[in-house]
Amino acid sequence: MSGFDTIIEGVLLGGVYALFALGLSLIFGIMRLVNLAHGDLILFAAYLVLSATIALGLPLAVASLLVVITMFVLGFVLQRLVLERVLGDDILPPLLVTFGLSVVIQNGLLLGYGADSRRLQAGAFESSSVVLAPGLSVGLAPLTALVTAVAAVALLQLIFYRTSLGRAFRATADNPAIAQLMGVNERNVYAIAVGLSLAVSVIAAVVLGIRASFDPSIGPARLLYAFEAVIIGGLGSLWGTLAGGIVLGLAQAIGGRINPEWQILAGHLAFLVVLMVRPRGLFPARRT
Amino acid sequence: MSVESIHIPAAREQRPADAPVWQVRVGTRLSRFAAVAGIALIVALAALPAIASRNLIQDLIFVFTMLTLAQLWNVLAGWGGLVSVGQQAFVGLGAYALFAGIVMAGLDPVAAISLAGLFAALVAAVLGPLLFRLEGPYFAIGSWVAAEALRLICAQFKSLGGGTGMSISPGELSQMVGLKMVQALLGLRPAAARDVLVYWLALLLAVLVTLGIYAFMRSHHGLALAASRDNAAAARSVGVRTARTRYVLWIAVAFATGMVGAVVYLQKARISPDAAFSVTDWTAYVIFIVVIGGVRTIEGPMVGVLLLWGLVTYLAQFGSLYLVVLGTLAILIMLFMPTGVWGAAARRWQLQLFPTQRWLGRSESSPTPL
Amino acid sequence: MTALLNVTALDAFYGDFQALFGIDFELNEGEAVAVIGANGAGKSTMLKSLAGLVKNRPDAIRLAGRAIGDASAASIVRLGLALVPEGRQLFPSLSVEENLLIGAYGGERSAPWDLAAVYRMFPVLKERRRGDVTALSGGQQQMVAIGRALMSNPSVLLCDEISLGLAPIVVEDIYRMLPQIRSGGTAIVLVEQDIARALRASDRFYCLQEGRVTLSGRPRDVDQDTIRAAYFGA
Ligand SMILES: Nc1ncnc2c1ncn2[C@@H]1O[C@H](COP(=O)(O)OP(=O)(O)O)[C@@H](O)[C@H]1O
Ligand SMILES: [Mg+2]
Repeated sequence: MSGFDTIIEGVLLGGVYALFALGLSLIFGIMRLVNLAHGDLILFAAYLVLSATIALGLPLAVASLLVVITMFVLGFVLQRLVLERVLGDDILPPLLVTFGLSVVIQNGLLLGYGADSRRLQAGAFESSSVVLAPGLSVGLAPLTALVTAVAAVALLQLIFYRTSLGRAFRATADNPAIAQLMGVNERNVYAIAVGLSLAVSVIAAVVLGIRASFDPSIGPARLLYAFEAVIIGGLGSLWGTLAGGIVLGLAQAIGGRINPEWQILAGHLAFLVVLMVRPRGLFPARRT
Repeated sequence: MSVESIHIPAAREQRPADAPVWQVRVGTRLSRFAAVAGIALIVALAALPAIASRNLIQDLIFVFTMLTLAQLWNVLAGWGGLVSVGQQAFVGLGAYALFAGIVMAGLDPVAAISLAGLFAALVAAVLGPLLFRLEGPYFAIGSWVAAEALRLICAQFKSLGGGTGMSISPGELSQMVGLKMVQALLGLRPAAARDVLVYWLALLLAVLVTLGIYAFMRSHHGLALAASRDNAAAARSVGVRTARTRYVLWIAVAFATGMVGAVVYLQKARISPDAAFSVTDWTAYVIFIVVIGGVRTIEGPMVGVLLLWGLVTYLAQFGSLYLVVLGTLAILIMLFMPTGVWGAAARRWQLQLFPTQRWLGRSESSPTPL
Repeated sequence: MTALLNVTALDAFYGDFQALFGIDFELNEGEAVAVIGANGAGKSTMLKSLAGLVKNRPDAIRLAGRAIGDASAASIVRLGLALVPEGRQLFPSLSVEENLLIGAYGGERSAPWDLAAVYRMFPVLKERRRGDVTALSGGQQQMVAIGRALMSNPSVLLCDEISLGLAPIVVEDIYRMLPQIRSGGTAIVLVEQDIARALRASDRFYCLQEGRVTLSGRPRDVDQDTIRAAYFGA
């Protein structure tokens, strides 16, 4: 494999990490909530899609759409019934509740689906590749993942900066009390944000499940990659998160190239280095 | 309110002759009783190996080490505001330092334990400034990343078993200080005698850490930290100093956590990166203990660890289900009883065994918190 | 005939601290009423109670006959009561125009206020519409805050110290717009520490002191000394 291939691989991997990161970044940006169960919720979504394709026999696209809706509703309800009660000045309760949720989901999946590795079946799509240049071909699935990530960022960007819901998100993030004076229902805005975060995570889950096999234990690692992408990219900027994901993907691909055992470690070290030299990330948002 | 503003002007005031005599107390009658009972309990626990089964000794090693970890996490996250979900980093580092000390440097295990603490503290000192750059809740995931990175680094050491881990042979541990004496004293085989030695070390750590935290919470620095957590304005006014206190606290907690890790793995005598850096074993259980027992109290972790021990006995055989139950319980407690079992009981019956507030009260009246 | 806004025996609390004691107050359609009082008298608390940021007994506040004392802030603005909060409180993450647009988040009520109308009243905002609100002058920021509240087409506009920290000429400019706002059918409550200016611009006034109404009436019926006594206490 040439060095160029490694870079392509890293960039494509980065697209997946960016997809993991978007949902996390979204709710942190709006409500300062760090959802420690984010990775496990991605896994939960992947298993829901799996069940919908296998048990209900639905095509992958239909199953995904169904799960997007399910996860949106789940996020909305989760916020209204659980998270809303613990959000406040004290950072401890929401962290502990989402950490508890992470353990519950992970072990619940283990009970329900067992520890075996699973995979989403996407037919011929998985193994086909496109030739970008003579001697350089890229798998269709990872390429689609990257394109999807770019599309997801663009869509969220559109929602954030071109719709009244986006204005409500940003206003609530700035000052929830004053936003209410504008007729913004803070509780609904937060619940929609969590719902949106989980809906986006379904896209991440599907991409994850097509690209590689998954089992219930890998949720926390997805959370860490998502988080690293957010911090490397810089808080409060969605395009930055995409870039952060790509930087992380590159670091892992290059590290893995040198020694397969170093792939994950290289990503963590890249994160720590960025934290050391650019604590606000590579592409921080204009405003803080 | 900053700590500086807590001052008792009584001595300087002109006081009418018939005014009641006010005094500042830290203790309650119950807490003085608890102190006496506590000492008696510790003495009894220390003597327990003379009659207890090896099973019970091993159970209590679990109880003491988990209690110590829970106390440490509680002071770090509850009072210090450093909500770490990466404390397994320091358990793992302590364990690995112990094995390195014994296998590579030929140290006595007991000496290696303190070295393990120092090593964990050193790594914490380096990581601290980096992780503290992460805003509030993001520190939590940052500490987790650091733990994962350290796990992967430890897995690189082939001489310590690499990714699959290694065991220490009983021979290497047979020279341990005091082992022969315990064998002779209690008439035990080396393996059982090692458990007793580890039991005493674990008990000692639990007692020292609990008392250390209690002393810290009543110190000027501890009070400043608690005040700054409760009140954002105070936090700004004493900000610089609490930042230093938190850094020192972070390192001290890592030091003790590393020693616990060493003690735990001295008993296990077998190590692997996945086990020594397990987020479930060294952080999830610990957090559940604190949450169920009661955050921000010294009694909470004690109650929590006993409840966990009880649950382990009935539920551990169910594996994943056990964790689902514990996690659900922790979530429900955060939602409906955020001060935990102890916090709720303490409010209901006015209990306080380790008072950290100062009370202003007349000799006979019920105390009013300042 | 009942007033547009009717406040009876309003008590307001922050935790255990009582900030308002039995306030009675009314505002008729199209009227401008001043609320004056020293710093800490409870003026902002009164406006926050009206706007739903401080919760009360349901029937302590009636808007067009409807009890809104415990309604949410978000629903009150939909019913036609908007607050220009003390200190302007613009959203720094939103551009000038977005700050105005979010004022209409609760849904368009009837005319006349929309972006075009606000820009007609404050042309300078149109020039700066894409810019950051933090880059605006204090006076321009206040215009955004007023425009933002008007975007909901309120029947009651509450203004909390809109002259605070602004140069006198700028304050004049802003006060000159009040008749125009009233002519659109909006009644105004003006909270000010500057007694003279507030009285000049209003039909009636209330004076608050330590959470109680100490004086109310028409500006021309009351002399300086009476007001001073009600304002500062005896
Ligand atoms: N958020 C709050 N929490 C507690 N007390 C408050 C709060 N806001 C105002 N107060 C108190 O309520 C009283 C009235 O304040 P306020 O309504 O702001 O007065 P004014 O606007 O007339 O200057 C003051 O004593 C003030 O200290
Ligand atoms: Mg005020």
